[in-house]
Amino acid sequence: FFFTFFLQVEQVKLLDRFSTSNKSLTGTLYLTATHLLFIDSSQRETWILHHHIAAVEKLPLTTSGCPLVIQCKNFRIVHFVVPRERDCHDIYNSLLQLSRTAQYDELYAFSYNPKQNASEQVKGWQLIDLAEEYKRMGVPNANWQLSDANRDYKICETYPKELYVPRTASKPIIVGSSKFRSKGRFPVLSYYHKDKEAAICRCSQPLSGFSARCLEDEHMLQAISKANPSNRFMYVMDTRPKLNAMANRAAGKGYENEDNYSNIRFQFVGIENIHVMRSSLQKLLEVSGTKGLSVNDFLSGLESSGWLRHIKAVLDAAVFLVKAIAVESASVLVHCSDGWDRTSQVCSLGALLLDSYYRTIKGFMVLIEKDWIAFGHKFSDRCCQLDGDPKEISPVFTQFLESVWNLTEQFPQAFEYNEAFLLQIHEHVHSCQFGNFLGNCQKEREELKFKEKTYSLWPFLLDEQKKYQNPLYNPDISPELTLLEPNTVAFNFKFWRNMYHQFDRSLHPRQSVLDLIMNMSEQNKQLEKDIKELEAKIKRRNGQVDGVPLKEPLQSAPPAPVSLKSPPCFKKEQPLMPGTDSVRTIEGSSSADNRYSEFMEELAKAEPTVVSLEYGVARMTC
Amino acid sequence: MEFAELIKTPRVDNVVLHRPFYPAVEGTLCLTGHHLILSSRRQDDAEELWLLHSNIDSIEKRFVGSLGTIIIKCKDLRIIQLDIPGMEECLNIASSIEALSTLDSVTLMYPFFYRPMFEVVEDGWRSFLPEQEFELLSSLTDEWRLSCINKEFSVCPSYPAVVIVPKSVDDEALRKVAAFRHGGRFPVLSYYHKKNGMVMMRSSQPLTGTNGRRCKEDEKLINATLRAGKRGYIIDTRSLNVAQQARAKGGGFEQEAHYPQWRRIHKSIERFNILQESLIKLVEACNDQSHNMDRWLSKLEASNWLTHIKEILTAACLAAQCIDREGASVLVHGTEGTDSTLQVTSLAQIILDPRCRTIRGFESLVVREWLQAGHPFQQRCAQSAYSNSKQKWEAPVFLLFLDCVWQILRQFPCSFEFNEHFLIMLFEHAYASQFGTFLGNNENERSKLKLQTKTLSLWSWVNRPQELNKYKNPLFEANSLVIWPSVAPQSLQLWEGVFLRWNRSSKFLDEAYEEMVTLIEYNKQLKAKVNALRRQLAELETDDGMQENH
Repeated sequence: FFFTFFLQVEQVKLLDRFSTSNKSLTGTLYLTATHLLFIDSSQRETWILHHHIAAVEKLPLTTSGCPLVIQCKNFRIVHFVVPRERDCHDIYNSLLQLSRTAQYDELYAFSYNPKQNASEQVKGWQLIDLAEEYKRMGVPNANWQLSDANRDYKICETYPKELYVPRTASKPIIVGSSKFRSKGRFPVLSYYHKDKEAAICRCSQPLSGFSARCLEDEHMLQAISKANPSNRFMYVMDTRPKLNAMANRAAGKGYENEDNYSNIRFQFVGIENIHVMRSSLQKLLEVSGTKGLSVNDFLSGLESSGWLRHIKAVLDAAVFLVKAIAVESASVLVHCSDGWDRTSQVCSLGALLLDSYYRTIKGFMVLIEKDWIAFGHKFSDRCCQLDGDPKEISPVFTQFLESVWNLTEQFPQAFEYNEAFLLQIHEHVHSCQFGNFLGNCQKEREELKFKEKTYSLWPFLLDEQKKYQNPLYNPDISPELTLLEPNTVAFNFKFWRNMYHQFDRSLHPRQSVLDLIMNMSEQNKQLEKDIKELEAKIKRRNGQVDGVPLKEPLQSAPPAPVSLKSPPCFKKEQPLMPGTDSVRTIEGSSSADNRYSEFMEELAKAEPTVVSLEYGVARMTC
Repeated sequence: MEFAELIKTPRVDNVVLHRPFYPAVEGTLCLTGHHLILSSRRQDDAEELWLLHSNIDSIEKRFVGSLGTIIIKCKDLRIIQLDIPGMEECLNIASSIEALSTLDSVTLMYPFFYRPMFEVVEDGWRSFLPEQEFELLSSLTDEWRLSCINKEFSVCPSYPAVVIVPKSVDDEALRKVAAFRHGGRFPVLSYYHKKNGMVMMRSSQPLTGTNGRRCKEDEKLINATLRAGKRGYIIDTRSLNVAQQARAKGGGFEQEAHYPQWRRIHKSIERFNILQESLIKLVEACNDQSHNMDRWLSKLEASNWLTHIKEILTAACLAAQCIDREGASVLVHGTEGTDSTLQVTSLAQIILDPRCRTIRGFESLVVREWLQAGHPFQQRCAQSAYSNSKQKWEAPVFLLFLDCVWQILRQFPCSFEFNEHFLIMLFEHAYASQFGTFLGNNENERSKLKLQTKTLSLWSWVNRPQELNKYKNPLFEANSLVIWPSVAPQSLQLWEGVFLRWNRSSKFLDEAYEEMVTLIEYNKQLKAKVNALRRQLAELETDDGMQENH
């Protein structure tokens, strides 16, 4: 290790989160500048990035010591017992300081050094090119053009510089419309559907109050509907519950009055706001974190948290949008209040359902860069990257990932990526290790020169894309899979155990079909190669026998041993994100950052550990 | 009785069949003694429905003008609709179906009429005999014997003719023990744990009554299974409260004073109408697509189905834990010892014994622990989730067991030789079948019905290679370990293969499964090819070597 430890405390106990018999591991706890590290007596390491820490709590002193509970943004919860209260207090204070960052340049991304040279760094940032993406969609074209109105972020600070608008929307219309929209977020193109010539556009709520109008804004919408030769009618989706939107009118905001806009169909879809979502997740985590939880408490907790209801609402909204485009060839304008939370969810999910490109690994990166990063989803505020207003925190992006996960469950062959990919992205949205998700908008990122000072996540994910590939992916199997039509009946939505209990391995299936199939798919490629080599060798041999034998040493390179016996079944079980060579390696120790190591060894053990009979329930860990 | 009497209208034309996820089919409806058949008379015969009357759980009829509609709800949970032109035809058909699907006499059931269209290679009736099981046991231990005390089914009407009991206990003692146990179900061997020689026995409740009757032979019998100085566990599948109440009716439980070497643990597993209502509520919830999220979750919760799953699995894990981890012998019983007891003993074996996770081993388990052990299939499976009559004896005990197996299968997808379809197939046949296997309530009844000679065994059909292929788990890799499932609510799931089967299209899931099978098959082929090539190369190399040496 090349770390300097701020703090080192011996004889710390790590409790099993769900054990009622106080099963624990004893070891040493270290604090580094970036991580908390726990090494237990059998040298297993648990690494926790300070940025991942959402809350630290000191519980009342017990006979065995001072309990310290750490909750992480990736839903890991660790429960330490520190023998001396003094030490506990020190750890607590240090963690509070270390996990709260006041400035961007104190974040991990600025000290993280993946040993890339400057040109690799630049290339990494160029991997996702949004201009290229709009070209792929088919814009600019006869109806849509690139506008330079926001070149210097003058019209809208939270929008990107490059915006696509209808050709007929002149600069004055753009400027006028932006003044009539919350935070200046005027209607712009999010996705263009080439075949239907219909568009998904996005914006924020109009400043209509009870009766205000804006001709430019009305023109803007008209321009959008005219840019669609297949259907003059366009939908305006307000993704908020009607009541919320009406309440906004009192503050001089609100929603479009159908009478003032020609050719629009206005529709509320009822996704709740960031505060509701935040407390919903909190309730969900409270329920799922309960020790000795009964089935009925779990189900009623799941219900009262409302979490799955919200996920369904988001997906239902996306389905509504997709129907408008796929069935009616109508363009859709989506907004909520500011147009950076619910709007991002609905636009990106809509595009994902419409366009199979976004179901590829690269395409998904593009989608996130476009609808989330570039359009100013406030990652910094929502994920609490800097010490800020706790009321700004909200799991909006997590909901997006969960909606996608639900789709992968319904359409197991339609996605090039697997669950591990979604989990890894979630991990890094909060890790502050890469520059992509830092900050709240592009303007901020440019000013702080993130591209020079930090690295992009995507090339790292692409490098290890084998881990994220869905072995069953088959984009050609059903042509109807171009357009996904998910079934959103309530029973199709399941609790995402692998997200919310990612680190509670005792709750997971003990053998993973995904891992097994992934390995087999890899092995098949190797076997195909072996067969080619062997055939070539045999051909050469036969040639030799027939013709003049070349003097070749008999013991030529032995064929690569292919293990014909698969490993024993418990070895099959691998963590979802095999961590040994993960992106998150730390200088000086390739496997140091492997947060899964603890589980790897546990699972390699053939026998489950003893569980006391008093425990009664059979939640025994392997 | 002639079936013809019951069939007033054997044939109706222009009937339209509606099924979920299929386009409506128009065709001719025919009623036979055992089947409802709809044929579209298409050249390719593709659109045909053959429905066993015994699969029909309930029917409803509706009329709009002269167009009648019959809604048929099946025991396998499917719901189909038939539009029948003509009020009289419709009424006739409905009353015939009603009569034919509720025949009183077992001997009128289809298995007695069914003639196989395939060659019976192995007679399933002789595939799993207690004698074979005992032979296997004898190779491991000589502490047990095969007793024929129940040859005439007179000691215990719900036990098979032969049972395995401790060697040191003679038949005379067994008779006394039988008199002390509910329904004569004295403790018998259920499972022998090879690894440590511990055993699991099952029985019914002891008849201690309110005055604390005891039976020395009973105590001696179960103590005979204990190692010197070791304690055993009695797992009572009722709550302490229920067990105490049972004393008033002459039942009861083993008192500590008389069984000092045994520790009693109470685990509450529900029975009878509570389970039946649970199933009805669950299926109702699953069938209503209009539920919003809150309603769905609260209905799922209110059904309590997953709670029952968790209770049963927990008790089974506990039994397995006592045997494997604590190194103790176990006796399991509830009241009669024919329902929750069997759920626990059979699931504990799935957890402990890799043999039970193979196809043949699982079949043998079903035969041993359910059929021979006297689970009253005919009573329990007479009606399924759409029953509206309040009959007392129906309960989805076996379905719950299969669901628990499915839960373990989900958690250990590579440890079972069979797949989900195998479990679904067993569910279907337990409720309605052309085979005699699940007829009757116990071996006594089966022998009286002469099922072995008059009907065909399900196993004769299933165990043919071409049939078996459908039920093989491509991921299977024998795992000799004890497998401990998680029973946390987050780890338990609704068995979609059964409960959502008719409520949503599984096209994409099925295609993905096929793709997985293809991938695994391809892997096998590649490995075989690499091996062959390698051998070929090695031969060439030795040939060359020999040439060079010459």
